[in-house]
Amino acid sequence: MSLDTNKLLWMYKTMLTIRGFEEKAFDLFKRGLVRGSIHFYIGEEAMATGSCGAIQPGDAITATHRGHGQCIAKGAKVDLMLAELLGKATGYCKGKGGSMHIADVDAGILGANGIVGGGIPLAAGAGLAFKLQKAPNVVLCFFGDGASNQGGLLESANLASIWKLPVVYICENNYYGLSMCVLDSVACPNIADRAVAFGMPGVVVDGNDVLAVYETVSAAVARARAGEGPTFIEGKTYRWMGHFSGDAEVYRTKEEKEEWMRKDPIARFEKILLDRNLLDSAKAQALRQEAERQLEAAEKFAIESPDPALDTLLTDIYA
Amino acid sequence: MAIITYREAVREALREEMRRDERVFMLGEDIGIYGGAFGVTTGMLEEFGPERIRNTPISEAAIAGVAVGAAAMGMRPVAEVMYIDFITLSMDQLVNQAAKIRYMFGGKAKIPMVMRTQGGAGRCNAGQHSQSLEAWFVHIPGLYVIQPSTPYDVKGLLKSAIRDDNPVIFIEHKMIYATKGEVPEKEYLVPIGVADVKREGKDVTIVATSMMLLMALEAATELAKEGIEAEVVDPCTLNPLDIDTILNSVKKTSHLVICHEANERCGVGAEIAAQVADKGFDYLDAPIKRVCAPNSVIPYNQHLERAFIPSKERLMEAVKEILE
Repeated sequence: MSLDTNKLLWMYKTMLTIRGFEEKAFDLFKRGLVRGSIHFYIGEEAMATGSCGAIQPGDAITATHRGHGQCIAKGAKVDLMLAELLGKATGYCKGKGGSMHIADVDAGILGANGIVGGGIPLAAGAGLAFKLQKAPNVVLCFFGDGASNQGGLLESANLASIWKLPVVYICENNYYGLSMCVLDSVACPNIADRAVAFGMPGVVVDGNDVLAVYETVSAAVARARAGEGPTFIEGKTYRWMGHFSGDAEVYRTKEEKEEWMRKDPIARFEKILLDRNLLDSAKAQALRQEAERQLEAAEKFAIESPDPALDTLLTDIYA
Repeated sequence: MAIITYREAVREALREEMRRDERVFMLGEDIGIYGGAFGVTTGMLEEFGPERIRNTPISEAAIAGVAVGAAAMGMRPVAEVMYIDFITLSMDQLVNQAAKIRYMFGGKAKIPMVMRTQGGAGRCNAGQHSQSLEAWFVHIPGLYVIQPSTPYDVKGLLKSAIRDDNPVIFIEHKMIYATKGEVPEKEYLVPIGVADVKREGKDVTIVATSMMLLMALEAATELAKEGIEAEVVDPCTLNPLDIDTILNSVKKTSHLVICHEANERCGVGAEIAAQVADKGFDYLDAPIKRVCAPNSVIPYNQHLERAFIPSKERLMEAVKEILE
């Protein structure tokens, strides 16, 4: 294993933080403090963590409606995220965006997106900006199996390929676009098979194996930085929770869900770290507690923060 | 002053802004060696090269979305969609992304992009190549909408649009490209959101946009022969709308006719009429009249198309009707 221990432990802690964040968010939702709806990332933590672990500050991501994990892995602060979920003035978007629009452009988070596939063309645009600015940076473009059927992907991936833009397409195939199973919505065996048509490498990776995701994305990032153009990565993973906070999940079986929960990406990675003596149970416990403490502080910050003033209704429409 | 065409005025604006600011670049279909479907970008590939004059595949969603993404990351893209009719394919990126990002990100991003396109009938291009869809964008908070009718305005407004930090929908007209007008040799800007009184008059105010502005000026000349002095106002920018200039004119003339090439229902004329009725009701001596296209698909046949486009005769009739 070429990764240093700090990086491995960062991955472990990040995955714990993502899961803890989602659990906290669900709790706040049930308490009526989070409005609207939330799309939970639990079960998919290895995708965002392995992917964002492969990029540097200065690089960018476009996130999805199921974007909390992607934002946290890219370095978003959980206190500002939770404040946004609570619609507070201190949130990332001053309470004007909510769960589906967490963004920090200066930190390279070009926004989660309420439109399925809506961020895909933006990623090509950010990649073009890096290219024209002669910057050494790359863009990770996250999207799901559902978005893979949107026309914007065809248009953007083709454009990124002919222009050799520094973009890595990361399809988080969690098997369902709301209720529709990917086996019914995509005709080819792997979504990454479509990469052939874009003229770019297509790679399928076990999306619950954070190290495999990291290595696959790292190779694609190196290729993008070298000016060789985009790569299409499909990670096969699974969302443990419903599509959104109020989903009755009538479209899948309990057995199927339990089978995937046995493939828990965090437990799996933890076992690797324990087996290789990079982690012991005391250290694991300490990291868990640290993540919990940060989330509790974030919750306190979010709850105690003020709502936005009513006169901000009409600010920020134009620059 | 130089006399140049509207087409040349657009090109001059693009050239000057690209020379001035290296963050400005263009992307669109056939804008490279071909010079654009209407010849606007002729010669620009030679001057600026393929990195900055980016020919794209036929991918209107990507053209718009790439412009939004590049703008968010510090560039100043000028995207082109060949016909406004094709902008339906860009709508998510313009309406849900470009217009929303700044607000939804709490003011922490800006999208300095221009989406250039052209609309209008007059060439027997039928229902998918002739529309005037400006009102769709006027309805969307977060976008500016500019629709210039003269070489002077198009150049000065395009330069302002490129320098502005907001997403701007910039709508030219296919039948105006070859018209000529005076343009200063020295650099100038025309401010966004300021209407222009193109002809002064005391009897009636005609607010007209784009190609209809040119027609309205002809109508005003003929009306003058009949002793009616029409004041012709070009809003130039549809959002933000300079309602004050329109109200000041109506205050003087007490009569208002609004003329645009888009069909009447929910067109920009409806908004202007509503605002004048709200803020200038006491100035009016007669009901506000709209002279617009009918609520129809634009036909191919030349006689039908001519019947579709608001005519000088219809406009003059409307003026006389409210002055009676």
